[in-house]
Amino acid sequence: MKYVRQVATVTMKDLRAELRTKEAINASLAFALMILLLFSYTFDPEQEMMRQVSGGLLWIVFAFAGTLTLNRSFARELPNDCLDALIAAPIPGSALFLGKCFASFVLVLAVELVSLPVFGIFYRVHWTPQFPALFGVLLLGTWALTIIGTIFSALTVNIKLREVMLPMLTYPILMPALMSAMRLTTSLVNGQPIPEDDFAWLKMLVGFDVVFTAVSLVLVETVLVG
Amino acid sequence: MSAVAVEGVWKYYGDYPALRDIRLEAAEGACLALIGRNGAGKTTLLRAIAGFSTAQRGKIKIFGKEPREAETRRQMGFIGHGISVYDELSALENLTLFGKLYGLPNPKKSANEWLERTGLERVRNGLVREFSRGMRQRLAVARAFLHEPRVLLLDEPFTALDDRAIAVLQRLLREGLAAGKTIVMSTHQLREALELATHVALLTRGQLAFHGVRTQEMVDDPGYVYARYGEGA
Repeated sequence: MKYVRQVATVTMKDLRAELRTKEAINASLAFALMILLLFSYTFDPEQEMMRQVSGGLLWIVFAFAGTLTLNRSFARELPNDCLDALIAAPIPGSALFLGKCFASFVLVLAVELVSLPVFGIFYRVHWTPQFPALFGVLLLGTWALTIIGTIFSALTVNIKLREVMLPMLTYPILMPALMSAMRLTTSLVNGQPIPEDDFAWLKMLVGFDVVFTAVSLVLVETVLVG
Repeated sequence: MSAVAVEGVWKYYGDYPALRDIRLEAAEGACLALIGRNGAGKTTLLRAIAGFSTAQRGKIKIFGKEPREAETRRQMGFIGHGISVYDELSALENLTLFGKLYGLPNPKKSANEWLERTGLERVRNGLVREFSRGMRQRLAVARAFLHEPRVLLLDEPFTALDDRAIAVLQRLLREGLAAGKTIVMSTHQLREALELATHVALLTRGQLAFHGVRTQEMVDDPGYVYARYGEGA
């Protein structure tokens, strides 16, 4: 219970700070909407090809926009050396990490949920019939994005080129999760249930989340303190 | 048992040894002034004692325990170069946050008490980004003292403080020493530090050049330790 309270304290602190400044969420949302708008001029929504690439397109937008939010996760602690105060506090590194993950998860998911209807309008896809399943895939994919983005945000926090380094480090590792999420999302945003053949991708996405969450929780203390 | 014990600590940045075989102790209730020129290793040593970085060789113990143990961290207060409070939160929100992280029984009550002790009670709901420099520094002092730590680690605590913040900090440090707290502080403000200190350690290029009891000669002539034990002595 104490651990949960510590995680919640860090999450609420990050969300409160972000909602006061809105610097990450505004940038992320503006970027997502801009890319969706620009792509809509490139692709013809009537074409069959559009249906085939819709899941991939959506997750490219989510991954790029999400990185803008995740970059801020630990960078938020740099002004005034706030990270020192957090590391000095008697809470496990894993509680600090999970607290930050949940805050970023909420912010990234919020951007995705705003982007989804816009995507539906611009690309004329019928995503609402399969929304519960689609929401499930969004949760799993976003958690994968968040967990990898947050651990690398911690790792790169003291690097001057962290804005460049974070996507370079996270995207290669995220490939299996992004491939799974893209594949599963493609059917769902076109109003079709997940085909039976694609359940292996779902298992891979769940497995990715479980494995990388566990690995990150084990490594975070070393990442933070060295 | 020493409150702070540093046993043969080496710390490297790449190939460069920033700390070389440092051995020193601070007994409970002592005030150790860490002095030395820029780049001597004072901040590196304090950060290692605080558990922000790990030494490649040697051991650091706080009341006989590792610095990264939760119980040890609960007993430590740290003021570094930054104020370590959030600009986007109010003074009260900042202190309540740290009160919760330190597991205080009533974080909000403790936060309000410390806002009063540092003269910030009137601006408790003001955002830190709207504070003057002096107010921010007093809030940083309140944050470090909030959980009543037994060991205070202070990195250049008097640097860039305004008169009021210096007065607040000196009063709190004297009260702390009277209450048996242990203080380890790095400083270039020798006069202020040596008035408080019971012991002095001089670092020169990562090595301990002197470690001993503060004497009246040091208070009378703050340059005495450098002249007697420093480079070129």
